[in-house]
Amino acid sequence: MDSDFAIIGGGVVGLSVAWGLLKRGKRVLVLDGDDGSFRASRGNFGLVWVQSKGIKQPRYAAWSQQSATAWAGFADELADATGHDMSLEQTGGYDLHFSEETLKKTVAQYEELKAKLDGNYPYEVLDRKALLAEEPEIGPKVVGAILHHQDGHVNPLKLLRSLADDVRRLGGQVLSEKTVTDVRKSDVFTITCADGSHVQANKVILSAGLGAMELGPKLGFKAPIRPQRGQVLITEKLPKLINRPSLIARQVDEGGVQIGATNEEVGLNDGVTQSGLSGLASEAVAAYPVLADAQLVRVWGALRILSPDGLPIYQESPEMAGAFLVTCHSGITLAAAHARFLPDWLEGTNAAPDLEVFSEDRFIVS
Amino acid sequence: MKTASSFLELEDGRPLVPVWFEGRELQLPEGSNLAAAMLAAGVGTFRYTPVSGAPRAPFCMMGACFDCLVEVDGVTRQACMLEVTDGLRLSMPRKGRDMTDAEN
Amino acid sequence: MQKTDLAIIGAGPAGMTAAATAAKAGLNVILLDEQPRPGGQIYRDVDRVAPIRGEMLGNDYTDGLTLTAGLDNGNISHIGGAVVWSIEEGIRVLYTADGRGGAIEAKRILIATGALERPMPLPGWTLPGVMTAGAAQILLKQSGVLSKSAVLVGSGPLLYLIAAQMIRAGTPPLALVETQTRADLLRALPHLGGALRGWRYLLKGLTMQSEIRRAGVRRYSSAASISIEGETTAEGIRFTASGKTRRIACDTVLLHHGVVPNTQAARSVDVAHHWDARQHCFVPGLDGWGGTSVETVHIAGDGAGIGGAKAAALAGRLAALKTAADLGAISTIERDTAAKPIRRRIAQELAVRPFLDTAFPPAIEATKPADATIICRCEEITAGDIRRHAGIGCAGPNQAKAFSRAGMGPCQGRYCGLTVSNLLAEANSATMDETGYYRIRPPLKPVTLGELAAMGGSVNSETN
Repeated sequence: MDSDFAIIGGGVVGLSVAWGLLKRGKRVLVLDGDDGSFRASRGNFGLVWVQSKGIKQPRYAAWSQQSATAWAGFADELADATGHDMSLEQTGGYDLHFSEETLKKTVAQYEELKAKLDGNYPYEVLDRKALLAEEPEIGPKVVGAILHHQDGHVNPLKLLRSLADDVRRLGGQVLSEKTVTDVRKSDVFTITCADGSHVQANKVILSAGLGAMELGPKLGFKAPIRPQRGQVLITEKLPKLINRPSLIARQVDEGGVQIGATNEEVGLNDGVTQSGLSGLASEAVAAYPVLADAQLVRVWGALRILSPDGLPIYQESPEMAGAFLVTCHSGITLAAAHARFLPDWLEGTNAAPDLEVFSEDRFIVS
Repeated sequence: MKTASSFLELEDGRPLVPVWFEGRELQLPEGSNLAAAMLAAGVGTFRYTPVSGAPRAPFCMMGACFDCLVEVDGVTRQACMLEVTDGLRLSMPRKGRDMTDAEN
Repeated sequence: MQKTDLAIIGAGPAGMTAAATAAKAGLNVILLDEQPRPGGQIYRDVDRVAPIRGEMLGNDYTDGLTLTAGLDNGNISHIGGAVVWSIEEGIRVLYTADGRGGAIEAKRILIATGALERPMPLPGWTLPGVMTAGAAQILLKQSGVLSKSAVLVGSGPLLYLIAAQMIRAGTPPLALVETQTRADLLRALPHLGGALRGWRYLLKGLTMQSEIRRAGVRRYSSAASISIEGETTAEGIRFTASGKTRRIACDTVLLHHGVVPNTQAARSVDVAHHWDARQHCFVPGLDGWGGTSVETVHIAGDGAGIGGAKAAALAGRLAALKTAADLGAISTIERDTAAKPIRRRIAQELAVRPFLDTAFPPAIEATKPADATIICRCEEITAGDIRRHAGIGCAGPNQAKAFSRAGMGPCQGRYCGLTVSNLLAEANSATMDETGYYRIRPPLKPVTLGELAAMGGSVNSETN
């Protein structure tokens, strides 16, 4: 069967785009990796997050906001189709602060950004007392928090599963355990896999996470991405003790408290370290002292897919028209945008979002 | 909770000491394995699961299955990995307890 | 951070002999175990219990006294109640004991963490009153606690041993419901010749079986369609045997269809494992000394493949000799000379295994459970959930874990891992090696955030 689009990468980014294209009646083929591939989709923190993003690039803040706004409808549609709720909560999220100084500095940055976003940046500063009223378990070292009302969180594994399920239901063809080794273009694209198989498609989307480091240049992209490790902890299931998520901790729908994450430049190493875990545990206990008695049951390291400026890359190949690079480290937050709006850009319709600032041109050293 | 135990305890000659589980006083042999002593004392359900509220009791007795969890001083611990001490206060782990409270 | 030549994880037969052998060769040894006193599961608490109940438990148990005696050496420090939660870079062992973190830096690490009961997911196996047969043995050995109304279910020599011990204690089981078939026995017969080298085991098996017969304990074989009945606790067991459906009322159901290597610690340091088709389990790839793909890590005992307590004790000595030679405490000639008779005895000990492994295979209905049966006890995931997830692209257990939550609970897959791999292999028509196993990460056992936070300071001050 001929495909309109072949998508290299069956994580949340690839499947979100696949889902969006299938909804528009396109024929889509997804090539997924194997059980042991680096999968940010399995290791991420699960935030649907706006605050602190795009401080230096308001377009990124706006793109995140656009996705966050579209998330509820996207989640409902997936839940209706699959019969599985994804535990999306968008009732705001915190940036917790342990010093007045960092709090003030952050507020100043947010004010600047807010002005650039025409005032659409709904946040408030909670002093300690106000925060305690919202989060009774907050510890004495926390001086206050920024509560951003566009923030929220979701169960990212349920999102991944729902997408894997519904993409198939919509007629998408998903091939597992495929490692793409080469992509050629004549009339159509021919994609070669390590097991010797080939698939053909009219267009190709490269959304293979860190796999794009190697594959990107073969398709004419710079793909200047690198891995950055984040270690994440999760406790045993606990009674409700955290209401809203923060960058430090969130209580997941099953009851565990998830704590994250480190930012480490260690290459393609997704291991965990005692020192990293202890650091995270200390911070979480400082934020919520009651957590000191909680049993830690799982820990993992996952690799963020980072561009030099941390922003997504959306780029059509200058050498192979019809090949697109889609990569970001916020696949969960941007899932709704990738499903709802990115197909217009891929198809070049009038409704295409302006993604110029996310092109690879920004990495040209002049 | 069973009152009569399904288990027989062979005489070990250890002194009995009071231990409280969910507010109920048990007389258990000091220094013995906590899970074993609770079973012998007629405790049939150690906890309710946080997922479905299903009752659980010791399964492996070697620290591998985590079904004998109890709460000691606010911390969830494996009863099969603890020893009986005088005056020990135990309860079911909070999360599972909430689940059954919600159902009742 | 404490420093040592050899850190041994697990004070069962392999760990104890390894400690004694290494210490004798002059190495400094730290022996860690979760239990307060040495012995492992097979010789649990033997120093205290042997004088009280040694006769009932028999030589299989009291033999452990000679191994615990070997620990009386100034070069060995035994840390009881130590829960190892992480092994870093193959040389650092992180543990908690009494609510505090500890760290050891060792030149070599020996993993001697033994075996686990093979998971036996049957309908009703999560009910209170259902336990592993090994649990019943531990209850009896350590605590003198026995079920008054138990049915033993499954297959394997351990069932006969427990039944015999229960009979000696005056509370025989109500019945043995055995899953192995006549066809299994026929398949095993070609191995009988080899097994005669381990005739003591065969003889012991026959003796126990006659003990069970004399006590009048009912035995059913080729049992199938087994389910445990009860609402909030086990009340009985239902099964078919010889074409009839039967129900036996009981308070306790003891499950057993073999033991499998406990591979958690070894997998956490990325030791390569492969499927052993005869033993129906994953085993680590080892050289002839217990050496692994990680240079500093050795494995001895049942964690290396099921061979029983005697073979484990011998393997512990081999691994210790290798370590002693590696670290220059003895010469390679001394090592090889000492190893020769040990290897001969290991071969003798293992001679009976092909026969036993074939005659008492895992119960198929528990390796490929019905859709409605819970396979992950912690997260309460069913076999049907796993099969459904195979249908949406789960080629291996790690994606299945992400999709289903199987293996995410506190037991970290110990009691669902093999089942999940089995189910996926079947659904995807793949081999067990292609399907693979969970990636095991720290914490090997849960650790509180408070304990973990407290370690940060000490580690920083050590490394600075």
